This record gives sequence, structure tokens and C-alpha cells, in this order.
Amino acid sequence: MTAWPLFVAVFLACAVEAVEATTIVLAAGTARDWRSATVGLTAALATLAVIVAVVGPAVSVIPLRGLRLVVGGLLLVFGLQWLRKAVLRASGHKALHDEDAIFQTAVAAARGTAVRPRAFVPDWYAFTLSFKGVLLEGLEVAFIAVTFGSNQHDLPVAALAAVAAVVVVAGAGFAVRAPLARVPENTLKFVVGVMLTAFGTFWGAEGAGSRWPGGDAALLALVPAVAVFALLLVAVLRRVGAPSPDGPVAAVVPAATTAVTEVR
Amino acid sequence: MAVKVRAFLGFWYDFVVGDDWRVAAGVVVALGATWLVSRSGAAAWWVVPVAVAILLPVSLWRATHRR
Repeated sequence: MTAWPLFVAVFLACAVEAVEATTIVLAAGTARDWRSATVGLTAALATLAVIVAVVGPAVSVIPLRGLRLVVGGLLLVFGLQWLRKAVLRASGHKALHDEDAIFQTAVAAARGTAVRPRAFVPDWYAFTLSFKGVLLEGLEVAFIAVTFGSNQHDLPVAALAAVAAVVVVAGAGFAVRAPLARVPENTLKFVVGVMLTAFGTFWGAEGAGSRWPGGDAALLALVPAVAVFALLLVAVLRRVGAPSPDGPVAAVVPAATTAVTEVR
Repeated sequence: MAVKVRAFLGFWYDFVVGDDWRVAAGVVVALGATWLVSRSGAAAWWVVPVAVAILLPVSLWRATHRR
């Protein structure tokens, strides 16, 4: 794999996570207190930096085959979960991911909670909402960047792509001070689900001892094969079975805290 | 304390396993089967793609028919 496909794969995956984290921080800042939300964001970034500083070097000393087995397995699990949600959304069996709706729900929930200062922040709720959102999404960004970079022996490019995605998305979000509803997030999630599943399949199988016909070139067949398979499943699910009662017309998420865990 | 430990474990379970634990279990089984087949000397690259082709539709079927 050359540097550009690695950059694009990591950038897209990290951009999706950054959109979700930005929505949560914007909701905490807009509805509650910008200072507390910013402190929460900063604390989460510092925690992430410590985690990456500890785990990053450890990942690089793991033998490549073991790394590919573990990372491939995890990517495959993540990818299949993403793809599962994306297919359900695209076929009308699950509500579309709507950043506007999530933002409004989070804001409404945040406004209904009493302001309580604690430790060094004037509003503990805004701090924890921002901290948890950024830490959860940031862990996924860090995991994707470190694993893709380690597997392809090009951590700098993966790290650059992750930072670029976060800077572009967060910069856009804070410039307009509104959720990034125009980002085609459901389509992006579908694409990222396809990529994670294909890369997870490739690395997992290699880590478990198999050799792919054509070596790395097998990825060029795996990615479109997974995409076509997922699109076929969307077509089949659209034909059979009625959409669920909590389908596309239902509320996206019931509460701000749910948004933090549900956005993945 | 027990509540915090449970919340911590719940966070990681949700982070790694997600909505359908059968998918995660299926991936582990598929990778184990790949290892076993590759040790026998036969081509094993096809095992994980076949597992994906089974796990995803089954998980989707369960999601759309359980209500």
C-alpha cells in the first residue's frame, strides 16, 4: 500500500469520529458553559496523548504477525458492527445518523440539568459530557491511526491523516458553531465500514497464518467485494421486511448521555 | 466501587464488542479456524471472507426480525 491510500483510509475513518466528537463538545458549550466544555476537551486530549504515548511504542515492539492477528480481528469486529448499522440505516431499518437531531437532543438534555461547579470547572456536567465524548471518539481515532500506521510501517502518514481529519472537522465545526449536518456522515460510515471490514479480513487472516493470493494486491479485490456485498444486503433488506417502528421517522437518540455512547 | 468497575467493563465491552456479541465471537472462531487450516498446509485465506459472508447477513437478519 502506498502512502495515499493509507492517508485517505485513516483520514475518512478519523473524520467520522471527529464529526461526532465535535457535535458533543458544541452541544456542551452551547447549552451549558464554554469554559467547562473546553476544559473537558483539553483534559480528554491530554488523556489520549498519555494513552498513545504508553500504548504506541508498545504496539511497535509486538511482532508483526501477532499485531496483524489482534488488530485484524479488532478491525474486523469494528468494521462488521459499522457495516451492520450502515446497512440497517441505508435499508430503512434504523434511523439515519442525524447530527442536527443529536445536537438538539443533547442541548435539550444539557439544559435540563442543574449547574454544579466541582474542582476546577464551573459546570461539571458540561465538563464530563465534553470529556467523555472526546475521549471515546478520540480512542477510536488513536486506535485507527496507530494500527493502520503500524501495519503499514508508516506511522507518520497515519498520524498526519488523523490530525488533519481532526483539525479540518473541528475547525469547521467551531468556525460555524453548529453541528456539521452537511457532512454526508451516513455515506462516510458505510465507506469506512467497508474499509475496516476489508482491512480487518486481510490482516486478520494474515496474522492467523494464511497467505493471500497476490499478496497486498488482494486488498484491491477485497474492498470492492465487501462494498458490493454490503450494497446487495441493502437491496435485499429494502425488499423484504417492513422497517421497524423506530425506523427513519423516529427520534435518533433519547438523551445526551446516550448520544455519547450511541454515536459510534 | 463495584458500580465503577462494572461501568468501566461495560464501556470496554460496548467499545470492542458492540451491539451483537455473536459477530465478535464469530470473528474469533473464524481466525482460529484460519490458524488451524493454515497449520495443515492447505490454503486458508478463504475462511475469514466466508465467515464475513455468513456473520453479516445473520446479524442483520436477527436485527430486523427480533422485534
